[in-house]
Amino acid sequence: MSTTETTARRSRLSVIQPVVALLLVAVVVGIPLWLVVVTSAKSQGDALNPSLGLPTDGWHLAQNYSRAFTEGRVIQASLGSASIVVPAAVLVLLFGSMAAWVLARRSSLWLSIVYAVAISGIVIPPAVITLVLLLRQLGLAGTLPGMVLVYVGIYLSTAIFFITGFIRTIPHELEEAARVDGAGPVRIFFTIILPLLRPVLATATILICLYIWNDVFFAFFVIGGRMDTLPLNLFQVASAGVYLNNCNLIFAYVVLMSIPLLVVFAVAQRRIIAGITGGAVK
Amino acid sequence: MTAKATGRKPSQPLAFLVPAMAIMLVFFFVPSVYNLVYAFTDWSSFKSSINYVGLRNFSNVLQNGVLLGDLKVNLIYAVAVAIFQNLFGLGLALLLEADTRINRFARTMIFIPVLMSALAVGYIFQALLKPAGSVNAILSFFSGQDVSYAWLNDTSWTLLWLTLIHSWKWMGLAMLIYLAGLKTISAEVLEAARIDGVNRWQTFRHVKFPFLAPAVTFNVATALLGSMNSFDIAQATTGGGPGQTTEILNIFIYRTFGQGLFAQATTMSLVLVIVISLMAFPTIIFLRRRERVL
Repeated sequence: MSTTETTARRSRLSVIQPVVALLLVAVVVGIPLWLVVVTSAKSQGDALNPSLGLPTDGWHLAQNYSRAFTEGRVIQASLGSASIVVPAAVLVLLFGSMAAWVLARRSSLWLSIVYAVAISGIVIPPAVITLVLLLRQLGLAGTLPGMVLVYVGIYLSTAIFFITGFIRTIPHELEEAARVDGAGPVRIFFTIILPLLRPVLATATILICLYIWNDVFFAFFVIGGRMDTLPLNLFQVASAGVYLNNCNLIFAYVVLMSIPLLVVFAVAQRRIIAGITGGAVK
Repeated sequence: MTAKATGRKPSQPLAFLVPAMAIMLVFFFVPSVYNLVYAFTDWSSFKSSINYVGLRNFSNVLQNGVLLGDLKVNLIYAVAVAIFQNLFGLGLALLLEADTRINRFARTMIFIPVLMSALAVGYIFQALLKPAGSVNAILSFFSGQDVSYAWLNDTSWTLLWLTLIHSWKWMGLAMLIYLAGLKTISAEVLEAARIDGVNRWQTFRHVKFPFLAPAVTFNVATALLGSMNSFDIAQATTGGGPGQTTEILNIFIYRTFGQGLFAQATTMSLVLVIVISLMAFPTIIFLRRRERVL
């Protein structure tokens, strides 16, 4: 292939590529998102067979959103979701980092067995039915602490796996120096190790928050009917029959529940993308 | 072992392991052990006593064909999701690799489904894929014929459509990971390939792809394991139907739990956990090998 031919192909590609990219986004993401937004503005009859066209039966934007807001108990659900995600993520990252520090730095046969057991949760799905039984025996079924501890138990494996791998790439010298200066392990951990873990903690935080914020399966078994979370309320109203054939209300609720994460993403997009990739591909 | 040599205590006390291990023990391993025990009983919501019944549950799920059917569904789901999610992610990463304004916009848009709840994604596609829905309308418009295919009610193909929806939801994450992987390739290497007149396919196959190994590992592993824990998309679109052809593990657990058949549900999840572990074992070895490379 001659050089001129290659350059010609490259320049032709630079014209085609943006068109392909935009078309792809419009079809693959644009159409589904448009369907959500436009359907959430339709009347119930109009939304029976959701089409991509504009409402033919008048705009019912305010009406649908206020109904979804009250019937889906958006305020209680948002508070419920937040009160679960925040403590769960903090505990996973804190306890996970502490354990990972020991598992990455010390070596013995016993500790490598502990490590293998600790990360086995990545591949073994939680036994959800007996988990519910256990929570009842402990008096934690249907409670916030129960839900938080269940998520911590599920996602600790993933956190320990990522953080241990990361700590192994950090040199020992800083800790050594602090230790020679007489700093105790607790101080070394909080003042030296934890700040160094920032990239991997960012990755883990984002992934864990995404999983927990959007989870409906474990929430259904552990706190279903007792507490509100955003996905749980979407699930309950959609399967209760109240919203049967009420695509307009379902999608109004989808828009409402997606807004918090979309706002967070819009504000911190660069840091989130850097955070996700920083600890994942090394 | 330096600690022993210098006679000091190691600087990482074992006590730091305790909180994480205690929570995992109580909320993860104890239920798994319970699961093992209750799979051999007749525990249900219909009676108060729980009796040992040996292997009856196992022979039941094996005989009525549910076990093998669900096993097949789960394996197809996991493997298809792993393939599609990675193909979509890699394709998007290669298409949107250059740091132009349009590409950054496109990447942001493609990441939106990752942020959305999988349940919401399920309801969106449930609406799109109705026989009188928008997908058929678009197909009718371009083919000039009336298309009224029931996407979510096809015993042979619906499972495949579900894996495509699942991959659609997560492809933005796979794309980001691949983009990060592509960034690790130095400009000199690509420049050298360009000067040597290497064509695009060869550049990808022999220059870029080897650098993407960690990204492939991460994406295949998360896709496999994520699909094994999936529930929302199938529940929102088909509820496991038609005829249980899309009944993945968590849908089965949800259904049998709702029917009060606790022992059956634990039996099934026990069998599937064993199968998943056997499948995931090579994955773990793969992941650990990658750790050594780090």
